[in-house]
Amino acid sequence: MATPHQSLPDLPPPATQRGLLGWLRENLFSTWYNSILTVVIGYWLVTTLVPLIDWAFFSAVFTGEGPQSCAPEGACWIFVYERLGFFLYGFYPEELRWRPDIAFLLFAITVVPQFFPTPAVIKKWLAIFGLTGLPVAGYILIAGGHFGLEPVATSRWGGLMLTLILAYVGIIAAMPIGTALALGRRSEMPIIRGICVVFIEFWRAVPLITILFMASVMLPLFLPEGVTFDKLLRALVGITLFQSAYMAEVVRGGLQAIPKGQYEAAEALGLGYWRRMRLIILPQALKIVIPGIANTVISLFKDTTLVLIIGLFDILGAVKSTLSDPAWGNVMAEGYLFVAFCFWVFCFGMSRYSHRLEKKLETGHKE
Amino acid sequence: MQSEELPVKPGRPKPWNDPRIRSVVFQLLAIAAVIWIGYTLFQNTVNNMASRGISTGFGFLDETAGFGIIMSLIEYNETMSYGRTFLVGLANTMLVSGLGILLATIVGFIVGVARLSSNWLVAKVSLAYIEIFRNIPLLLQIFFWYFAVLGALPGPRQAVNVGDIAFMSNRGIVLPKPIFEPGAGLMGLGLLIALIVTFILARWAKRRQAATGQIFPVLPVGLGLIIGLPVLAYFITGGPVSWDIPELGGFNFRGGITAIPELGALLLALTLYTASFIAEIVRSGIVAVSKGQTEAAAALGLPPRRILRLVVIPQALRVIIPPLTSQYLNLTKNSSLAVAIGYPDLVNVFMGTTLNQTGQAVEIVAMTMAVYLLLSLSISILMNIYNRAVALKER
Repeated sequence: MATPHQSLPDLPPPATQRGLLGWLRENLFSTWYNSILTVVIGYWLVTTLVPLIDWAFFSAVFTGEGPQSCAPEGACWIFVYERLGFFLYGFYPEELRWRPDIAFLLFAITVVPQFFPTPAVIKKWLAIFGLTGLPVAGYILIAGGHFGLEPVATSRWGGLMLTLILAYVGIIAAMPIGTALALGRRSEMPIIRGICVVFIEFWRAVPLITILFMASVMLPLFLPEGVTFDKLLRALVGITLFQSAYMAEVVRGGLQAIPKGQYEAAEALGLGYWRRMRLIILPQALKIVIPGIANTVISLFKDTTLVLIIGLFDILGAVKSTLSDPAWGNVMAEGYLFVAFCFWVFCFGMSRYSHRLEKKLETGHKE
Repeated sequence: MQSEELPVKPGRPKPWNDPRIRSVVFQLLAIAAVIWIGYTLFQNTVNNMASRGISTGFGFLDETAGFGIIMSLIEYNETMSYGRTFLVGLANTMLVSGLGILLATIVGFIVGVARLSSNWLVAKVSLAYIEIFRNIPLLLQIFFWYFAVLGALPGPRQAVNVGDIAFMSNRGIVLPKPIFEPGAGLMGLGLLIALIVTFILARWAKRRQAATGQIFPVLPVGLGLIIGLPVLAYFITGGPVSWDIPELGGFNFRGGITAIPELGALLLALTLYTASFIAEIVRSGIVAVSKGQTEAAAALGLPPRRILRLVVIPQALRVIIPPLTSQYLNLTKNSSLAVAIGYPDLVNVFMGTTLNQTGQAVEIVAMTMAVYLLLSLSISILMNIYNRAVALKER
């Protein structure tokens, strides 16, 4: 009696293709030059990273008082800890620091829900508040002078607080101006188009430093006699003009990517120009350019450091000014690493978030 | 016929609803606004300058500058004019931008390709490099290299010695300087001839390949010529090049070429920052070439290196060139951050010291901005010409 044919179970792959060994062979030692690369880079990583991690964590001093408790072979994080107030608020009076704290709490309440699943209505109203009420409330709180709040001159603002203010005001001012410029550049009226093209191309062609210099040296010359501008406001005007030109180019990219049929269909429905833009074109265009807008926001955030050149104490300026204190010895690496870490967290977080948003909004209507 | 049967002919809309009339009105209003703003600014500026006693015009360019500049590519001393300081600054800006573009392109392409490597470690190290460097402000990176790294080097007496010919100290990097004696011209001539011959050879090889399908090894032959001819000339003329090797004298080095630490820090920061953006551009360009292209090329029997050179890179370049251009423009504009560490670029020398001494803000700011406009325009034009050469030619 013949037994029916039965195939044996598959043998497992050889040991060299499985598990850790297989992974190593495939990803690190697949060819002779890959093996050499792996060894060289591995050696370099070990020789640089191990001392670096040891310096930053294991040999570092986290607790203690004053420069004397720091060890020469490790990082001195006490320096950052003791100066943290200055790094965050600059010369803002210590007893009044609850005011910016409240402003930033409001900011957090407005912004954080946008990153998490929240009902759309709440998000919408929070966004409207963020664009209108928050700047006003923040200004009243931080600058003072109303409702019995003691006024604090802008020359005393500084640190991370100033960085965030510059970036936030820059973004919410540049966004509408940039969109208007982009629409102007796509306009059918030749003169409007010409004005917008010249405006955009001019600000894009010159470095931000020269614009800040111009804002701080030449703006007083442009204004009627007797009108004086605050230094911070001058910097903000410069940053906003600069960023709105970049924003305009990003939005224009989105406007151009919308198929002509959408424009024509909206016209056929009998919608006027502004309704056509507001209801049909801009929602689609802005969605396409989310990565571009995020990139502009990130670069604006990094560019705010340039204000230290015209004498404002943003976080980099605040840290840099404390590094020359002889009592602490050489704490340059600690100071710069702290600032770098602050910026890195913000910028990396924003770029990750824009990736996520892009995926979420992807409706498959891309051509 | 049919038009007669139409019951109603659409009448002209009311004037305020007529798009043509509205567009004319809007544009007239825009012109009026621009002229009004321009006129007000002009009037204010003239009034302000008159009341502050600021002189106008470009006469100041001929006055004696009276300040020194730590690095100059052209001859300069304190007795020369403000116009000369403008040229010194311009040359320094162009030097750092040019070197930065060259180095950032090289590093960026290497990292961009490494990011796609099959070697896990290489890919991850490249990713870490990109994500760290492009998320930290450039100004901070410049400070870091200048103050924390180059500033921490030992003084000239304890300088880091590289084989007794080059030295690194907190005063900069000193390299040996070649001195060309009579007869060295023949080496230059050899190089020139080699370049021309290689160029003609490449065109001939291309034509022959198109006609007969035979491949001529242009690259090794060309390289052999370019290196071989000058070396040959060197030995024929009996070695007309000697080296001026720096040596320690007093408190600093004498002889050789000194690269000031400001230049080193600025160049390092600009290169590493821009290269992290270029790497991402290169990566996305290579990814954008569909896999079918590589497979089709392999099916034709092309070896891997030729697939890369003839099929993948030409198509990737179309995607890479436009964003690469804007990175080059960014690098050129970012070189103005030199002012923060005192590298004597245009903004530092001209918009800084010269402006402070003369007070003629309007002329100086306008000249500086015009220079950057011109630099940006010329880079755009050059890259557009190159882009046209690599772009898809639709027939």
